[in-house]
Amino acid sequence: MLLVNRILDISFIRRNHAMRSFITAAWLGWQIESNWADPFLFAVYSIARPIASVMILVVMYSVITDSATEEPIFAYIYLGNALYILVGMIITGVSWAVIDDREHYRTNKQLHTIPMSHFMYLMGRGVARLIIGTISVLITIGFGMLFFKIPITFQLVDWPLLLVSTGLGILALAGLGMIMGSLTMMLARHFWSIGEAVAGALYLFTGAIFPLDVLPSWIRWVGYGIPVTYWLEVARRALLGPDAIGFPTLARFSNLEIIWILGGFSVVLLVLSYFFYRWSLHTAKEKGLIDLESSY
Amino acid sequence: MVENNLAVHTEDVMRIYKLRGPKRKEDPREIIALDEVSLDIRRGELFGLLGPNGAGKTTLIKILATLLLPTSGTAYVNGKNVATEMREIRHEISMVSGGETSGYGLLTVEENLWMFARFYGLESKAARLRIDHLLEVVGIADRKRTKISDLSTGLRQKMNFVRGFISDPKIVFLDEPTLGLDVSAAREVRAFIMNWMGDHPESTILLTTHYMAEADELCDRLAIIDKGKLLAVDSPRNLKHRLNQDVVFQLTVEPLGPRPSREEMIESIPGVRQVTVTEVAEGTVLQLILQADEILSDVLAHLTRRGSSLIALEKREATLEDVFIDLVGRGLDVDTSHTAEDRDE
Repeated sequence: MLLVNRILDISFIRRNHAMRSFITAAWLGWQIESNWADPFLFAVYSIARPIASVMILVVMYSVITDSATEEPIFAYIYLGNALYILVGMIITGVSWAVIDDREHYRTNKQLHTIPMSHFMYLMGRGVARLIIGTISVLITIGFGMLFFKIPITFQLVDWPLLLVSTGLGILALAGLGMIMGSLTMMLARHFWSIGEAVAGALYLFTGAIFPLDVLPSWIRWVGYGIPVTYWLEVARRALLGPDAIGFPTLARFSNLEIIWILGGFSVVLLVLSYFFYRWSLHTAKEKGLIDLESSY
Repeated sequence: MVENNLAVHTEDVMRIYKLRGPKRKEDPREIIALDEVSLDIRRGELFGLLGPNGAGKTTLIKILATLLLPTSGTAYVNGKNVATEMREIRHEISMVSGGETSGYGLLTVEENLWMFARFYGLESKAARLRIDHLLEVVGIADRKRTKISDLSTGLRQKMNFVRGFISDPKIVFLDEPTLGLDVSAAREVRAFIMNWMGDHPESTILLTTHYMAEADELCDRLAIIDKGKLLAVDSPRNLKHRLNQDVVFQLTVEPLGPRPSREEMIESIPGVRQVTVTEVAEGTVLQLILQADEILSDVLAHLTRRGSSLIALEKREATLEDVFIDLVGRGLDVDTSHTAEDRDE
């Protein structure tokens, strides 16, 4: 709280609606997400759960390929899955915050009558999930390097490419998450699961577990229309270096071209999410749904 | 153009809710929550909205607090339009609802208030000072580090009060502020409201309540609202003065024959202006507004003929509830939500 206090006391931030809403909400989100009564449970959630889910795939792969984990395709699949943890966490994060405030804490009446940017508030609430998701991704990748010899060499990792692509990927996912959250604002039912449904549906079309080119060409276009496809591809290239080149997904694009496409997606999704959010908020106020409690 | 001295100004505000039934194909039912409400509240007033549950009080407050859009009509808060100048309005208002169990239970009282102070853009030092002062005023300074989930309803309500006043708002909306509180906590809340108004004579409070005594005690002026319509707007004194020429009796009877009927008494006994009939454990209570004392004998004769025996009789001063009865023909304790407001009924 001390650090957040210091940041919020900076004059520019204090006077800026958006910044102070974002930072204060991020603090609140972290209090909520990390407030587990038992640290053991928190560890299970953020460490054991992602490793367990990736292990399911590892076992399936091992059975099918007779434990050929040294093949480059294994690293491709493993990293795709590890990175995909962030997709689910970010896309569901905002919807979860909307439902949490409205149905669980019942604070929407208070939050929507104070002079803050609710758009940035929701983004801020998603930050805690992003942090927990990032920790899970790092642990899962570390686990893979340790036990399955995922060929990541720190000296060979293209760090600038990884950071830029992940930054853009997160922005694009935040935009998608915001659209899901805005949709949730207009729905009377317990609809946070819409984010999970979308994240689950995208799983097959983004090259997370197999190269996009194994799909029929008409389905491939679904994947080309999703920013996650580009983020996963370029992040894998940054982490694995030449090993990632052996797979045909987006092979005709250079790293820079993919970054440009990903950047374009991020901008479009963020702008779209802002206008969709405004329209959803207006509709929710028209219908009287802002402080609705469906008692689920 | 809204007059400068008005904290709230509404013109023909309507709010219609559309309720869908279980079958998607059915047309939604329309419920009129507010019916062409036009109201002016002056700056510095403690203004009350008095009405039964479901009368439209909370709907009006939600519209003024920018939580809900009117279906038609316009509303201004401090001269700003609730539909187009929401952010500007939110700098000047706050809202506290009674009976709320809301709040981030995992935060302490101090953390929760700090968070809201930060959303308002208060500096940390100023926020801390204001939080400490207000917690002291409402008497829960010793609970500063208690988690909200561990607070009783009364203490949580007091914390919500501090939250509502932390930003030094120009206009405060208090929606049933003493709902669910015990007698002493309700008294403390009322005292806080009075003191705050004394310290902030330029500020305005709009308070909704269905407790007539609360409205009578606190409000400079009040509006009586029922089924979404404003029935009267005046000071409590002037409202009661409307019944000055009348007399008010409360009778408790034991109906051995048929239960006394309101309609029958009004129709058959000249001079009976209003009657409400309520069943209680002791018998049937009749609240009567009569044009003169002498009419009571006719009422008693009527009841005797109908087989009722008198248990208790009291003549009393007119209250705001009598004004309400006089205006609508029933008491304040009747929940009218989702009944007669239905347009299609």
